[in-house]
Formats: sequence, structure tokens, C-alpha cells
Amino acid sequence: MARTAVSGRLTWRVASVAENRAITASARSLVLDVPDWPGHLAGQHVDVRLTAEDGYSVQRSYSIASAPDGNRVELAVQRVADGEVSPYLCDVLSPGDQVELRGPVGGWFVWRATDPAPVLLVAGGSGIAPLMAMVRARAEQGSRVPFRLVYSVRTPEDVYFADELRRRAREDAGLDVHLVHTRRVPDGAPEPKRIGVATLNTHGWPPDFTPNCFVCGPTGFVETVADILVALGHDPRRVRTERFG
Amino acid sequence: MSDDHVDGNALAGDLREIFAVDLTAATGRCAGCGHRGSVAALRVYRNAPGLVARCPECEEVVLRLVRGPDRAWLDLRGTVSLEIPLGS
Repeated sequence: MARTAVSGRLTWRVASVAENRAITASARSLVLDVPDWPGHLAGQHVDVRLTAEDGYSVQRSYSIASAPDGNRVELAVQRVADGEVSPYLCDVLSPGDQVELRGPVGGWFVWRATDPAPVLLVAGGSGIAPLMAMVRARAEQGSRVPFRLVYSVRTPEDVYFADELRRRAREDAGLDVHLVHTRRVPDGAPEPKRIGVATLNTHGWPPDFTPNCFVCGPTGFVETVADILVALGHDPRRVRTERFG
Repeated sequence: MSDDHVDGNALAGDLREIFAVDLTAATGRCAGCGHRGSVAALRVYRNAPGLVARCPECEEVVLRLVRGPDRAWLDLRGTVSLEIPLGS
């Protein structure tokens, strides 16, 4: 058919669930097995589509949290209490179940190991997912590009990939991880706070280093952080953002 | 500051269903104010029968995309041009 003539177009494919496990009380790691997965760049996302028996269908975008690894793709899904899609993905989908997927997509919010500029990652809540893919891809590819991650969470229990981040902060040379708690801090830590000018000044890079900045989180969070980075003197073209509403 | 929109990254999948290359990394010029910027940085509103993308500078509508069961409508009248990276 004419399909071969338009082979560059992307269509839906069927993935099967390999793993569905808790990351926090309200988020799950969904590992999908996608036949003929073409590989992806750190920061890209996929669209997931669910279709009911009556034909009603909904789709959502989820960032890929894993570094490229064969046919495996890991998504981090935050359960939205009154959501149409996330409760199903989190609580119903089990290993062996199938789901429709389109991707990888997005060519702007991506980190490439060939770029030598230092990197600042700023995550709000589940916005850690695409940034985690960058942290993992960096290690996977043996990159020495210096990375700093500033990660804002409500409470210590809300940290995604907490054990892995603690381990990587210790073992991945050139990776700094700084957590900011907005509601409740770990025992012995100072008061809860939000990411502000001082946080990004202290835990980011000086604008003179011309770092690549990647900011991902809820819309309000991303706009606040991007505004601060630009006010601190970062080139707006080097501040890449991804808002998930 | 509002949470009612996402950004142009969210257009990636629907545009890749139509075009052979990623358009979110393209640089567009707004017909309203002349602002040049990445498609990924547009403000995207999804609370409509389709996707509506607005210029982050002047908020003019620069792109509208509606998907039907067997076709898509793409309205680009708010965009003067798109500069699309094609690799080499």
C-alpha cells in the first residue's frame, strides 16, 4: 500500500507491560516492552492511548525515564486522583497487558552526549522523569559532562528514584543532586522552602559557563524557574522547558 | 502564571503522525508580532476540540490542529514561516 511512501510518519504501535511497580505512594514505574523500538534520546516522550470498547479513546504524553535499552521503555506515571488515564495505568495495568503507544517524539527537550556544555536540570515533582533519562544516559554513555540536578518535592517520601539518586550522587563522578522540600523536610533539615533565586544561584551553574538548562514540571513551576534563570543571566535559548500542565 | 496550558512539546506526537520529521524543534515566526521561537516553546491549550498553540510573546494563535477519526486539520495562518532542522 501507499504506506511505504510515507514511512517517515509515526503511527501507533502496541506495547506490552513488563513491570508495574511503585516509585512513591502516588506514582508508578511502568516498564513497557515495545517490539522494534527504534531507540530514543534522553528527554523524549511517548503518547499513550487507551481505547474503550465503545470506541472512546484518550491519549496522554509521558516522558521516558529510562536511558535507551533495547526494546524496554520506562515511564513514570503520577496518579492523578480524578484522572482518566493515570489511575488505569497505575492501578489496573499488569504485566502482560497491552497498551497503544506512539513515539519516541520530541526533538527539542533532549540532551545529547555530544554536547560538551555543562548541564543544569531542574525538576518539579514528576517532572524528574525526562531529567532522570538524561542522568541515566550520561552514566550509560560514560559522559564526563558535569551535571547538576535541583529537584523540588513536597516531602521526602515524594522523591522518585530516591535510592538510585542517592547512589548516583555518590558514584557518578560529576553529578550533583540537590533536593528542595516544599512541605516537609527530612529530620534535622532546615524549614521547607521553594526553589528561589538563591537556590539556583548556589546549586546551578554561573551563566558564564553557558550551561544547557532543562526545566520540567508543572506549568507554574517551570515558568517561575525559567524566569529566575533568565534573570540570573542565562541565555533564554539555553533554557529548555517542558510543562505538563 | 497559569496552569491551564502546556507547551509545544505536547504537539510532538500529533505532528509526527502527519510529518516525517519532528516539528517541535523547528523555529517559527509569529504572524502577529514577528517573534521567532521554537515550536516546543509555544503555549498549548488542550481544552478545545483540538490543540491550540499561541505565541508566548503576544498570545496570538499560531497553530491549530484538529484530529478526526480519519483526517487532521492543520491551521497555520498565524505562522509566517517554519525553519525546520533536517540534519545532514
